[in-house]
Amino acid sequence: MIRFDTVTKRYPGGQDALSGVTTEIRHGELLVLAGHSGAGKSTLLKLIAGLETPTSGTVSVNGQDIGRLKASQLPYLRRSLGLVMQEHRLLLDRTVFDNVMLPLLVTGERPKDASKRVRAALERVGMLEQERAMPVTLSGGEQQRAAIARAIVNRPSILIADEPTAHLDPAYAREIAAIFRDFHAAGVTLILATHDDTLFSPYGARRIELARGKLLS
Amino acid sequence: MSALHVQRMALGQASRRLAGKPLSTLLSAIVIAIALTLPALGYVLIDNLAGLARGVSGQPEISLFLKLDATPEQTRALEARLRADTRIAALRFVPRDAALKQLAQRGGFAEVTGLLTDNPLPDAFVVEPHSENPDAFEALRRDYAAAPQIAHLQLDSGWVERLHALIDLGRSAMLLLGGIFAAALVIVTFNTIRLQILTQRHEIAVLLLLGATRDFVRRPFLYFGALQGLLGGLLAWGIVAGLLRLVAPRLEGLAQRYSIVLDIGGPHLPEVLVLLVTATLLGWLGAALSVRRHLHDGPAD
Repeated sequence: MIRFDTVTKRYPGGQDALSGVTTEIRHGELLVLAGHSGAGKSTLLKLIAGLETPTSGTVSVNGQDIGRLKASQLPYLRRSLGLVMQEHRLLLDRTVFDNVMLPLLVTGERPKDASKRVRAALERVGMLEQERAMPVTLSGGEQQRAAIARAIVNRPSILIADEPTAHLDPAYAREIAAIFRDFHAAGVTLILATHDDTLFSPYGARRIELARGKLLS
Repeated sequence: MSALHVQRMALGQASRRLAGKPLSTLLSAIVIAIALTLPALGYVLIDNLAGLARGVSGQPEISLFLKLDATPEQTRALEARLRADTRIAALRFVPRDAALKQLAQRGGFAEVTGLLTDNPLPDAFVVEPHSENPDAFEALRRDYAAAPQIAHLQLDSGWVERLHALIDLGRSAMLLLGGIFAAALVIVTFNTIRLQILTQRHEIAVLLLLGATRDFVRRPFLYFGALQGLLGGLLAWGIVAGLLRLVAPRLEGLAQRYSIVLDIGGPHLPEVLVLLVTATLLGWLGAALSVRRHLHDGPAD
């Protein structure tokens, strides 16, 4: 379970990116964060991943207060999460296979087991045939799918995605939404920040909306 | 995940980075090798020159010249005392007649000795102490100066002191030079790693985002620094050995003109090991300082 308790995040010299946010995300839930650019969606996701710390209030993930975690504990929190960022952040000098392998290198998985898991992840997102391709040769949708494969290869219980369908044409966006639906069906907690929440509403997503750092609904 | 597997993975990654840019690796190794060559060559040459100095002057000795009127009994008594002294490694008796013959054999002295009607030289004992320490020489001089049979005692401790001082000075200079060049090696590695961290900023950010620990990220850089230092050390060894091969025949030829058998050798295995281990550790140190300075915890790009 993820809990936000009157969380405020203020960046140096800027206004509040989040202001007094209190909410709860249950295990296995599909949550869609809606709101315009600058509403605070990305900040909320970064707080869950421990990429930012709250200025006030507490964020807890599975009972761990993120703000109180030591720097040396944060990597282990991140390993339990799957992160899909708006910019896919694939390494352009590595193949799709090697990119998806990265989280397993970090955890020191044995090469033989790791290869199997990478192929399984690529298969789940329909990218197995492109495993030897370099990211620059892929379309935007394919790059996003490779990034999703990298996020799920460690079998995380929580998957966080920041604008996963941004810059994709409607057909690719629907494909990506369907992939996320499958993960949700498998019991993964999904938290998605998106401009286009209509993509996920058919899958029973809970929707919360942010505006200027405040929770509207 | 075993600790060995983690280390092997980091070592493999560092080796691939080195092999991936062979020209840059070679240039860095050459810079490090040049920095190491000077002090290493200096050390080996000083070691050999210390041998040369020993060869020129022979084993440090004390000459005890007896009084011209010393009786054979007095001479035997002194010899017995000298032989019983445990501080003395070797003892040689030079009779006055033999001393005159030796003098006559030296170029330019034959005519002079031929003119002599009487042998003016005394009997002498030549003593080689166990220790080359000037204090040990002084103690022996003190003990035997008062002996009634002895007319004059000639001590080589001045030469020993000068030799020690020269060798010490040379070694200190090499140590100082070594320190300066060690700093250069650390700086070269520091800068190489700084550039690597800059060029791999995106990869590091992604790895941290995926849950890599700080140790996971820094380890390949440390191995890289150590391997680069080791390569530089190996190259320096090659250069030192090559230069010695060039210089050795000339120095040995020079020594031969003074009837000294000089066998210039080195660097020997212990010296090579010290060179390689030092180079590796300095590379590691440079990398560690750079990583500490330039690698940050956050995954933000």
